[in-house]
Formats: sequence, structure tokens, C-alpha cells
Amino acid sequence: MRGWALIAMLLLAASAGAVDTGQRFDNPAEQARYERLIRDLRCVVCRSESIADSNAPLAADLRREVELLMRDGRSDAEIHAFMTERYGDFVLLRPPVTPRTWLLWAAPALFLAGGLAVVIVVVRRRAASARSNPASLDDGPDVP
Amino acid sequence: MRIPWRFLAPALLFAALAAVLAIGLRMDPNRLPSALIGKPAPEFSLESLGDPGWKVGTADLARQAWVLNVWGTWCPPCRDEHPTLVEIARENRVPMMGLNWRDDRTLALKWLAQLGNPYVSVAYDPDGRTAIDWGVTGAPETFLIDANGIVVKKYVGPMTMDIWQREFVPLLPAAGERR
Repeated sequence: MRGWALIAMLLLAASAGAVDTGQRFDNPAEQARYERLIRDLRCVVCRSESIADSNAPLAADLRREVELLMRDGRSDAEIHAFMTERYGDFVLLRPPVTPRTWLLWAAPALFLAGGLAVVIVVVRRRAASARSNPASLDDGPDVP
Repeated sequence: MRIPWRFLAPALLFAALAAVLAIGLRMDPNRLPSALIGKPAPEFSLESLGDPGWKVGTADLARQAWVLNVWGTWCPPCRDEHPTLVEIARENRVPMMGLNWRDDRTLALKWLAQLGNPYVSVAYDPDGRTAIDWGVTGAPETFLIDANGIVVKKYVGPMTMDIWQREFVPLLPAAGERR
């Protein structure tokens, strides 16, 4: 019985993932902007988390920094610039399109184009072999 | 014998993927390029760790090469590197300033009293704002700033005599020259 209670508690603890749910701004629009900004900034010590998700002390410092910059009247672009000047593009969870990152951004489209090209070739070959020899449809020399 | 494409293509794809992943494995994900290299050192003027009434900052060491070491008593690798820092200070080649990051003043002073003080001065940064200006991600970090106020080198992780000799000492003569 105690074992089950422990497991239940551990499962509950695992779901309590959100770290920064703190209300920083009274104005809901400002609060939403704040939450969006911290979701887009990487916690540079925990790597795959945003500073909104991370419990690391540095993430807490960076959340406070975002809040202070907002109170200072800085724009989103200025806040992003503040962070990249210090931590590089790596700090942005949505990396900018630059000569170094265009391949990253183009990759999904390139994969899609490659897949479409393979499909077109296969379909054409099948159509061609079906026309020349309708009986060989099942064991024709098609591409995998 | 001719191997059909339908067997060869997956094998080639696998080989290409394996090669890419092998290169990826050999890269060190902890090595982040510093955004600060080649840029002016972010200025600061903070309370001295030892004396709250005294200001310590970048202006103190202007016009000469100097080292900034970021540390905290909560950081075990900082304890590992501390004897090396003391040894480097004993060489007396270049002044080293400490940036005490997110720490407790009493604990930090006790640490220096017990382990030795390699720093010409220590700036106290309990809320970590100066560390953010320097793009610090984790202690310890060691920077070399040249006589023109430009950050020329950053090392993340505990300093060793080997790394100091190989990566910092060769830079010192050029770093000491004013343009």
C-alpha cells in the first residue's frame, strides 16, 4: 500500500514540470509577452530547455533580466539582441536564418523534395513497365 | 557480379548517416563559441568581496593584460582548479581578478582564507548580473583581456597548468601590447 502511494507521488511530481509560472506583470498582455520571450530563450546550461522550463539558477537570472529589460521599455528585438550579444545565436531556440543556418531551415523542404522526386521516378517506371508488359507489374525492376 | 540498386542504396544511405553521426559524436557539445571573443570586455564596477565600501572593476586593470576568473564556493570544479590559480598567481606574469558569482560573502572570504588568494582583487556579484554581461554559463570560466580592453580568450571549465601553459601563456606577450 505504501509502495503504491510512493509511486503515485512520484508520478505526480513528474508532471509538475513547469517552473516559472510566476506572475511578473499585472497587465495580461505584458505577462503574455514575457512568457513568450522566456519560452524562446534557451537555458544555456541545460541546453534543451527554455529559460521558462528550467530550474537552473542562471535561467532564473535570465528570466529576471528579461523582466527588467521589458520594464525598461525594450522591444523584443532589443531583448533578443541583448541575449545574443552575450551568449551567441545559440541562446535563441528559434535560430535566425543566416548563411550558417540556412541548411538547417531548408532541410525539411529539401527532404520533402527528395521524397517527392523518388515517388515520381518510381511511379513513372511502374507506368512505363506496365505499358510495355502488363503482366510484370508485381515483379518489375522497381526501386525500393 | 552486379549488385542491384535496391540493395546498394540502403547500405550507402546507412554509411552516409553513420559518417555524419560519427562526426557529431566527436564534437564537444560543451564547447560553445563565446560571443565575446574579439569584443571589448563588458565594463563593471562592483563591491569588493573583502570590503563592501570599496569598488572593484574593469577600470582598475585597464591598459594591461589581465585575467578574469569566475568562481563561487558552491562550485566543486572551482575548488579543483583553485591550487592551479594559486600557482599561476605565484608566477606573477599577469594580474588575475576574481568574479565571485552568486555566492555568499562570508563563505567566499573563508574559502580564500583557507585555500589561498590568487586574485589581485575580487568583485562581488551576488545577483549574477555582471556574469550575464560576460556571457557566463557555468563556473569556473577564465577570460584573458588584452591591454586594449579586448577579450582575447575564454576557457570554460577548471583551469589546469597544462591548459594555462598551452592556451594562455603564448597569448600573453601580444595581449600586453597597447595599440
